[in-house]
Amino acid sequence: MIRLKGIWKRFGELEVLRGLDLEVQRGETLVLLGRSGCGKSVTLRIILGLLRPDAGRVYIDGTDVTDFDERRWVEVRKRMGMVFQASALFDSLTVRDNVAYYLEEHTDLPEERIDEIVAERLEFVGLAGTEDMMPAQLSGGMRKRVALARAMAANPEILLYDEPTTGLDPITARTINQLIRKTQEAYHVTSIVVTHELDSAFAVADRVAVMNGGEIIFVGTVDEVKACEDPFVKDFLMGPTWQEGRALTR
Amino acid sequence: MIDQFLRFLVHLYRIHGLLVRAVASIFRRPLYLETILEQMDAVGVRSLTIVGLTSFFTGMVLALQSGHEMAVYGAKMYVGTLVSLSLVRELGPVLTALVVAGRVGAGIAAELGSMAVTEQIDAMRALATDPVKKLVSTRLVATTLMLPILTIMADLFGILGGWFIAISNLGIPGSFYRRTALYYLTFDDLFIGLVKPVVFGAVIALVACYIGLNTTGGTQGVGRSTTQSVVTSSILIFLLDFVITKLVLTVM
Ligand SMILES: Nc1ncnc2c1ncn2[C@@H]1O[C@H](COP(=O)(O)OP(=O)(O)OP(=O)(O)O)[C@@H](O)[C@H]1O
Ligand SMILES: [Mg+2]
Repeated sequence: MIRLKGIWKRFGELEVLRGLDLEVQRGETLVLLGRSGCGKSVTLRIILGLLRPDAGRVYIDGTDVTDFDERRWVEVRKRMGMVFQASALFDSLTVRDNVAYYLEEHTDLPEERIDEIVAERLEFVGLAGTEDMMPAQLSGGMRKRVALARAMAANPEILLYDEPTTGLDPITARTINQLIRKTQEAYHVTSIVVTHELDSAFAVADRVAVMNGGEIIFVGTVDEVKACEDPFVKDFLMGPTWQEGRALTR
Repeated sequence: MIDQFLRFLVHLYRIHGLLVRAVASIFRRPLYLETILEQMDAVGVRSLTIVGLTSFFTGMVLALQSGHEMAVYGAKMYVGTLVSLSLVRELGPVLTALVVAGRVGAGIAAELGSMAVTEQIDAMRALATDPVKKLVSTRLVATTLMLPILTIMADLFGILGGWFIAISNLGIPGSFYRRTALYYLTFDDLFIGLVKPVVFGAVIALVACYIGLNTTGGTQGVGRSTTQSVVTSSILIFLLDFVITKLVLTVM
């Protein structure tokens, strides 16, 4: 469904992606793990065509979309949705208009029908009745969930989540993880979830990919990744911080 | 210096690219007529007061000053001609454009700039909307349509300001002022007086959108973009004012 082949991306001096390869199957949820600043968000942006790779190819559903111009990307993006790391809600629109954005732009549905769909999506993310609120009135977790509802509104085939649970309390985080699973089961979407939180990762993943040094260094199922012997992957999964922290205090 | 000039050329080239894309997508669906109307309201209707006041006072000053000077040559009675010619050919278009660059251009740069730094532009693209069409084309159309209208209003208010001084201060009969103000206006004057605001309107919108969309660096960046947009479009307005005047005078 999604295939990245030999992607290179640099910003000035900084080489972020160095020949990254990644394949995501139709209908699966792939979790992308990696240290902060390793290029996960950049990878998602490249898949969505928001950034252009310096080298390498991007395939969506077998079509090479790498050199598409903005106009043809618009067509590709109609099948995709993205939850941004910082939610990126339209701050001058109400929650209702945010969630309705895609439907208002790209469909001829009557307003009442759009209202229904919006209400349904908001209910799905546990925010029923917040239609008339402005993004500034929402908490961070609520914004994330509105962003989720907005990305889902058009029933995309592909959903990209950029750290959907970071910075949220465990209960909200769990709700969002359940939402991601629920969405995948209800609509059979293909998803990529970027996260730092291993609990979240294992809760939603069909497969896990680990990124380091601008490449994918490991891809496998949850069990496979847990059994992986690669030192970086092991280090990453062990969560060595608290152990080291203890060692220091002893 | 050369470095700066080259960078300026690169920006100009990209602005040109933006113009091409914005114009090419004006008639592609969806048309965003509602957004265009909103923008026209913001550009036109809500700039009317300040544009009217600015040009009314300018007309008054023009009449006062030239009234004194022209009295020396015994041409005082023709103040109306001087006021209307300077306004229609030059001051109306330039003053209106500067006011709109400061009011509307700055607003556009700030709005698009904050959208850019808060990832809202990316979110828009992710939702399969082309920001050039939705944000740039609409503002380009609105500003380019409204600036000539505002300029005509400015010309009228300016001439009115001159009239006020003429009858109250210079002892010129109102009917004579009116005749001298309108009689000597040629087609060329009106033509040049309307070509300018069309060009200025496009420049203001394009510069503001370009700078806004390319904003980086958070809140500070938004502030910088706003200032930059006003400065850049003001300079371009003066520059193009000269170029257009020169061109038209050569051709006609
Ligand atoms: N538009 C940009 N301009 C310059 N540098 C950028 C840009 N976008 C990303 N980078 C750089 O690329 C690197 C990777 O960024 P990215 O946002 O992909 O990290 P990430 O893996 O998502 O990190 P996090 O988990 O903290 O979100 C960072 O060092 C960042 O500074
Ligand atoms: Mg990130």
